[in-house]
Amino acid sequence: MSLFDLRLQEIHNKLHAKELSVSDLVGEAFEAIRQKDERIQAYLTLDEAGARAAAARLDNKLVSGEEKGLLFGLPVGIKDNMVTEGLRTTCASQFLSNYNPIYDGTAVTKLKQADSVTIGKLNMDEFAMGGSNENSSYHPTRNPWDLSRVPGGSSGGSAAAVAAGEAYFTLGSDTGGSIRQPASYCGVVGLKPTYGRVSRYGLVAFASSLDQIGPVTKNVEDAAYVLQAIAGYDAKDSTSANVEVDDYVSALTGDIKGLRIAVPKEYLEGIDPKVKEAVLEALRVLESLGAVWEEVSLPHTEYAVAAYYLLASSEASSNLSRFDGVRYGVRADHGGGLLDLYHESRSQGFGPEVKRRIMLGTYALSSGYYDAYYLKAQKVRTLIKRDFDQTFEKYDVIIGPTAPTTAFQLGSQVDDPLTMYLNDILTIPVSLAGVPALSVPCGFADGLPVGLQIIGKAFDESTILRTAHAYEVHTEHHKQRPVL
Amino acid sequence: MSITTKDVEHVARLARLNLTPEEKETFTDQLSAILQYAEKLNELDTDGVEPTTHVLHLSNVMRDDVVKESLPAEKVFLNAPDEEDGQFKVPAVLE
Repeated sequence: MSLFDLRLQEIHNKLHAKELSVSDLVGEAFEAIRQKDERIQAYLTLDEAGARAAAARLDNKLVSGEEKGLLFGLPVGIKDNMVTEGLRTTCASQFLSNYNPIYDGTAVTKLKQADSVTIGKLNMDEFAMGGSNENSSYHPTRNPWDLSRVPGGSSGGSAAAVAAGEAYFTLGSDTGGSIRQPASYCGVVGLKPTYGRVSRYGLVAFASSLDQIGPVTKNVEDAAYVLQAIAGYDAKDSTSANVEVDDYVSALTGDIKGLRIAVPKEYLEGIDPKVKEAVLEALRVLESLGAVWEEVSLPHTEYAVAAYYLLASSEASSNLSRFDGVRYGVRADHGGGLLDLYHESRSQGFGPEVKRRIMLGTYALSSGYYDAYYLKAQKVRTLIKRDFDQTFEKYDVIIGPTAPTTAFQLGSQVDDPLTMYLNDILTIPVSLAGVPALSVPCGFADGLPVGLQIIGKAFDESTILRTAHAYEVHTEHHKQRPVL
Repeated sequence: MSITTKDVEHVARLARLNLTPEEKETFTDQLSAILQYAEKLNELDTDGVEPTTHVLHLSNVMRDDVVKESLPAEKVFLNAPDEEDGQFKVPAVLE
């Protein structure tokens, strides 16, 4: 058994009783990484010296009796698109292979204030574009449940590291499903908060109207603790929401009597029958706890993927124009003027999927096509958001699968971007509506984890955490660990 | 909607990308397929529907114009590929 199988409160009790030190916890993380990460390849950069030093500082705090943060002593891995001062941040791109940020993003600052210990930076699809981690320009990450399969993406490293016990928890980012889908594939909990709930300051922008940072954890309780630590308004992010932060941990009452659940029929069509069975079984559990569920329709679901790829790629083409080889990143040998410098640095620095999305976005925004593609997609986004608004007038949560299938084989979809995009068909509508959702393990299909997606009203993370927690304490799926 | 290699070359110029002949061919096929899929949106009547640019109802976020500490220049240049006298250095703009 790993120390990381202990609940957060148990760890804190042991730390206070001097049965355990923060250095032990950090040692556990690096031992697991030494034993397993050659096979999993979840990490891109490790900071053992920094983590050991931070652990020693926190161990001193234990002796001196100073006030301790909410996440005291917990080893955390950070997705490599969040800037960390002095710790290389690549976004899994060759463009940033030499980039050492000079400041911490707000979520990272808040984790430090909560006394967690950063272990290293986690692999991802380049610039968060992808759903398998195969778009990392360094190496793919493997699914701890089956090394021939993908961990999902883009936060694949974040999910695989938690599943393999290589961190107590991790941070991921979610634009169209990038926290929830890998959490589903790797059998862990992944929470995408409401858009604006967590500051994006220091998160390298992909699609600014959709990007959101959130926790990946082994259980729902940990997700509540981590969200508590990172949520809140930040003057450095003008799109962070000035909305009061709930007490997420005390929301986990275990009581969901009378909870009204909507199950969209569109979310159960065309999905793997074994995934569907696991979801229906989860609904039976929730029903036995006093919740009621009804089938509803979110009629614009089938349009979400098309709208998303136009919107997200358009925003990406604009955001990624900052990578020009002038102020940071790798400047290519170009042998010409300024334009050649731009062209060569971008052509050599970006991988194929990033180029594809920049091309798509540039096209969708270009003169003559803006109305037909970008503006049309924004209007469809309104219709999709309306589906959610109307459903939430009558229901507390919306529930369905997180992904239509379990984790697929490495290499099986790389040549077909459109098929790859359709893996996100159940997470994308939620992102377009901007509402919060989490994926919680709800069983296995042929030995591979299945995730249940619980979607909530804007800024009502408390209800989805409470629902997921009530489910989790009555089931054992989240206690399963891959054999490595 | 299918797009041509010429469209791809035009868009690549706008995006400041040099594409190899193989990339041009692949992107022509793949972008055509994706845009064809996007045609699906035209099944929906969106007349009179307001576009959603952002899910939060935010208007401009204002703050007082006060001088605050900013990043020190020497740190800002730590990641610069080339610099001189506290400025980022680039090749000649006019050739």
